[in-house]
Amino acid sequence: MHQLKTFVIGGVHPPEKKLAEKQPIVRLDPPKTVSILLSQHLGAPAVPVVAKGDKVLAGQIIARGESFISANIHSSVSGTVAKVDGVPDTSGYRKQAIIINVEGDEWAEGVDRDEAFVRDCQMSPEEIVSRVKDCGVVGLGGATFPSHVKLKVPKGKKAEYLIINGVECEPCLTADHRLMLEKGNEIMAGISIQMKALGVGRAIIGIENNKPDAINNLSEIAREYEGIEVQPLKVKYPQGAEKQLIKAVVGREVPSGKLPIEVGCVVHNVGTAFAVYEAVQKNKPLVERVVTVSGDSVRKPSNFMVRIGTPVSELIEAAGGLPEDTSKVVNGGPMMGKALNDISVPVTKGTSGILAFPGSESRRPAEQNCIRCARCLTVCPMGLEPYLLSALAEKQRFEDCEMERIMDCMECGSCLYICPSGKPLLDYIRVGKNRVGIMIRERSH
Amino acid sequence: MNELFNEITLFSVVSLGAIGGVAAIILFMVAQKFRVIEDPRIDIVEGLLPGANCGGCGLAGCRALAEAIVKDESLEGFNCPPGGSDVMQQIAEAMGWEAGEQTPMVAVLRCNGTREFAPPKVQYDSAMTCTFAHSLFSGEGGCPFGCLGCGDCVRACDFDAMYMDPESGLPVILDEKCVACGACVKACPRDIIEMRKKGKKNRRIFVSCINREKGGVARKNCKVACIGCGRCVKECRFEAITMENNLAYIDYNKCTLCRKCAPVCPTNAIHELNFPVRKKKPADTDKQEKNV
Repeated sequence: MHQLKTFVIGGVHPPEKKLAEKQPIVRLDPPKTVSILLSQHLGAPAVPVVAKGDKVLAGQIIARGESFISANIHSSVSGTVAKVDGVPDTSGYRKQAIIINVEGDEWAEGVDRDEAFVRDCQMSPEEIVSRVKDCGVVGLGGATFPSHVKLKVPKGKKAEYLIINGVECEPCLTADHRLMLEKGNEIMAGISIQMKALGVGRAIIGIENNKPDAINNLSEIAREYEGIEVQPLKVKYPQGAEKQLIKAVVGREVPSGKLPIEVGCVVHNVGTAFAVYEAVQKNKPLVERVVTVSGDSVRKPSNFMVRIGTPVSELIEAAGGLPEDTSKVVNGGPMMGKALNDISVPVTKGTSGILAFPGSESRRPAEQNCIRCARCLTVCPMGLEPYLLSALAEKQRFEDCEMERIMDCMECGSCLYICPSGKPLLDYIRVGKNRVGIMIRERSH
Repeated sequence: MNELFNEITLFSVVSLGAIGGVAAIILFMVAQKFRVIEDPRIDIVEGLLPGANCGGCGLAGCRALAEAIVKDESLEGFNCPPGGSDVMQQIAEAMGWEAGEQTPMVAVLRCNGTREFAPPKVQYDSAMTCTFAHSLFSGEGGCPFGCLGCGDCVRACDFDAMYMDPESGLPVILDEKCVACGACVKACPRDIIEMRKKGKKNRRIFVSCINREKGGVARKNCKVACIGCGRCVKECRFEAITMENNLAYIDYNKCTLCRKCAPVCPTNAIHELNFPVRKKKPADTDKQEKNV
């Protein structure tokens, strides 16, 4: 067994509550209608290529990502396009989406729906990148950064390591865990495809040791692959963050404001590795993903393989319905996720979990004055001073915020979690980040 | 003993006097050399300004406005919203210039999404600042254009002219205290507050909604939203009302305050303030009560 590694600065350990870790992934049938948002990735929204009344097949491209950082979007079902209109997304604001009425379940030509495992890939690196781009694969860890951009190493840089993120440090979420148990072979094949595209010789899968079965399963399979190894990690939040994972696995520190490629690393999620496998070996675009539905009073905490665009309410229904005592439904993990306004919003490529919390757990404590205990400083994984950033942002001193490196904050929420005074530290830091971001953009113009 | 004391006293007085004299000469010379020549009129003008440093004129406080006025030697293009015409008149008199007439303005809240009309669907429990709430979600009532009720505008007001109504969840603007400095307009992340002409006898008519969604969608979240039906546009004989993106807007420069548009609005989105009660009561009665 390897020695357990972890990152050095800060971090917290919230209760893990992996309620659905023993539940196998269940494939849900397509719903009656799906709303597929045009902006499911970082970067510019995709441009629709279908119109009202068009017949579409599952896996058919319906919107094209035309700018450099953008991704294609495919229909996740077969049916008729009802309209292209604004639908409320997770924030409650209306975003453009393609709404499709489902008819049957027919798939576009060329998509191999056979479950049989295909290990060897004959494609050249360029072909792999263009296939990943065509299939609209984005980072499934939550940030939804288009994967094809990450698979191309910028000129003058060299990738040494491919780091695969199987950490799943957020409490409650088990989607990646189940995927590692059930689709281990496919993930491994996906990793070797990504290694080929990047031209790297070593891949390290980082997994926290609260998932011993996943570590064993992948270590077993990794023996058959050259250059892939599994690195068990000590349980600590936010280990799944890119910079923290690199620090934990290879001990390198990404400089402030730089990308991981600066230290020779590329990080992909296990879910992304699986999506890359499906795209390259099966020519299957990213039209479905694993979503955990969990929470203390959810009757059947489960992991579902759902089509993109399925309303969240259908998932909750499949997990035994919304518990009566629910006061907050969160999209994503409990630490970084956002509360939903409305449970009819669609699942997007970035939805990793839907969690229902009763009032006792979701209510924030009353805000009190800062007692200068400095706990937020000790837990901040970026070595920032959250109490100071928050106060500066609250007083609208945004120049000072920038000096104090507010843009390094990745909004992990450790400070908010630990604060004994219940101060909304992260909320104000987000305000500050937003304003400082605008300031920086204005300056560069 | 006494002699000694006298000697010390004499020595101290003489030496300190000498030091003082030398210092005075140095200070006098330095003051002559580094003297800042400032127009004395700046102080006069600043004395006439209200001294609130609200920034409503667009400059950094009253001193900056006074300097700008004196530098330009005219009042053209300058405006002190809190002082209004009176102050400008006084400055003009003091300087011996002509003063132009100023239109008194006042802030109006273009949202009537109270708890009653736009019932909250969710409860917001994060930081009480509109800027953050706006970036986080569409609002407790669900309207992505409506007031968030966290009170950024109230905090921005230096004149105590606004307060938060705990019952409705909306800010209330006190006409008599509002000086139209525009601080609340800048503070609102959703541009709900607008500066409008105060109007004759404080009478104003405006569309109290800025929702640009389609009628049905807007109506779903709020009972008093402008649904863009266009009936007010047809009713208005002075072409003061324009319809853009499913939203009516009344141009206060063209509006003659005839009040014809308000009764035809099917959702009571058009507000009339400070008018006498209508003689013949139309079907929709509660117009006067709704005034915010």
